[in-house]
Amino acid sequence: MIAAGTCGQAAFAAALLDPARPCPPGLVAWNGSDPTARLAVYRNNVVASLIDALADTFEVAQQLVGEAFFRAMAAVFVRQNPPRSRILAHYGQGFPEFIEQFDPARPVPYLADVARLELARVRAYHAADALPVASAVVGLALADAERIGELRLACHPSVTAFGSRYAVVSLWAAHQGEGDLERVDPGRAEAAIVLRQGLDVLVLRSPPGAAEFVAAIGRGACLADAASAAMKASDAFDLSATLALLMRHGAITSMQLARRDLS
Amino acid sequence: MSLRQALDRSSHPAAMGAGARVRAVALPARAGVGLKPEHFRDVLATRPDIGFFEVHAENYMVDGGPFHHHLGRIREHYALSLHGVGLSIGGEGPLDEAHLARLAALIDRYEPASFSEHLAWSSHGDAFLNDLLPVPFDRATLERVCAHIDRVQERLQRRMLLENPATYLEFEASTMSEAAFLREVLRRTGCGLLLDVNNAYVSCTNHGRDTLAYLGELPLGAVGQIHLAGFARDVDAAGAPLLIDSHGSPVDDAVWGLYASVIARLGPVPTLLERDHDVPSLATLLAEAGRAEDIMTARAVPSRCGIYWGGS
Repeated sequence: MIAAGTCGQAAFAAALLDPARPCPPGLVAWNGSDPTARLAVYRNNVVASLIDALADTFEVAQQLVGEAFFRAMAAVFVRQNPPRSRILAHYGQGFPEFIEQFDPARPVPYLADVARLELARVRAYHAADALPVASAVVGLALADAERIGELRLACHPSVTAFGSRYAVVSLWAAHQGEGDLERVDPGRAEAAIVLRQGLDVLVLRSPPGAAEFVAAIGRGACLADAASAAMKASDAFDLSATLALLMRHGAITSMQLARRDLS
Repeated sequence: MSLRQALDRSSHPAAMGAGARVRAVALPARAGVGLKPEHFRDVLATRPDIGFFEVHAENYMVDGGPFHHHLGRIREHYALSLHGVGLSIGGEGPLDEAHLARLAALIDRYEPASFSEHLAWSSHGDAFLNDLLPVPFDRATLERVCAHIDRVQERLQRRMLLENPATYLEFEASTMSEAAFLREVLRRTGCGLLLDVNNAYVSCTNHGRDTLAYLGELPLGAVGQIHLAGFARDVDAAGAPLLIDSHGSPVDDAVWGLYASVIARLGPVPTLLERDHDVPSLATLLAEAGRAEDIMTARAVPSRCGIYWGGS
């Protein structure tokens, strides 16, 4: 029970996140000055440090809209969605969805998907380590042509694949000095496969259907079902080229055949 | 066996010297710097002659990837200080046991010579506020903070160091001075003191106190590590100086002076140069660490080791 007139942490925390709230009671300064000016240091520390955390993750999103716009938008997000974890590396999981609903960002319709790609990069960077499947296992798994479709693949924990109505990969790459931003048509649909190979996070432009294939594998689909999901997404899906691409980047960590029941 | 005996025992592992890793039981009484991701490769390539590195525990609470890869390699060559910023020891709510478990796992993995945390709170309910927030110095807070530190030391099976805070506000509810509060926490829990000289200067300036007098009231015999950092200048509503503990600039001359006076009293103590914003090159950080070593060398012997059982 907090006595009246003293500042409990609930009131203090609420005042930090809401600049319209008055300074909580019970706070004082040695010289009798208005404590609101001193509370402002904490208010600024909290909001600015969390905006900084978002700016670290969403670097390209910030470049697309400019620092002033980004920080103003991030401040609204931070006040509504303070971190629920003490580990800040993954702060901003809901930021792409927030951007989609944030009216002033409407003129940049691809901003949310670029933010999704940047979240995937951070996830890949910190994801668990795992060794690629041994080539001997691959050889054995693919040798039994009859049962290839039953294979269950596991992707490296760093792998994320997603499609966008916008040219997310080209937009992102143009901000890494790859390609000319002026020449990117943002309205061209692209899909990305994001993963970590060794210590490096890679953003791969997904060949047709490959992102859908990876997503299906991630949901636990067997190879045949994942391939048909990919074919449904694109007639041009090429299973062997996609597998080769994934293997080349160490993105497949296991291949297993389910035990077939004798009947 | 009392908790204190258990802690003493756990701090003197028989495995000392075994294996390739530097199994320091105490931080060397030298200067160290904060380990920044942008310096990982530079550190491994140049292996600078530095006493230790410090990392923020929460930054390494991730599953895998470059952070663990590089810290593992750097740890093979250097002593490590693990510094928590998210435990919320001053929080009104209970300690987060899941967070304590993550700390225990990091300690098992990296065998740091020191674990430290702050006299502050940073979480409320399920919101993490990412700042070190102030507590009133009253009986209720004292009991809560001591109970939390007891639990931390029991769970981690080691003595922790508690850092004196940088604050911008005071509480009407406070019934004792910050120094008296810290003294009592150290006496009751047996934890050590991480003396942040910059925080001491910032807080004393912000609250119209004399820093040397404040330092004189602290149980300096319990200092296990010192932190040095830079601050930014602001003013309060009355125009009085308000210093902000920003960790974004070199150490101020006033803080160097206070540091020299502490070293003159204590002899060499493991000393960390903290820089969290506008991080300069590794060479610049090492030069600043060199200045701390010069001050310790000038004071010279008798050298003290980095673990202090004092405080009572």
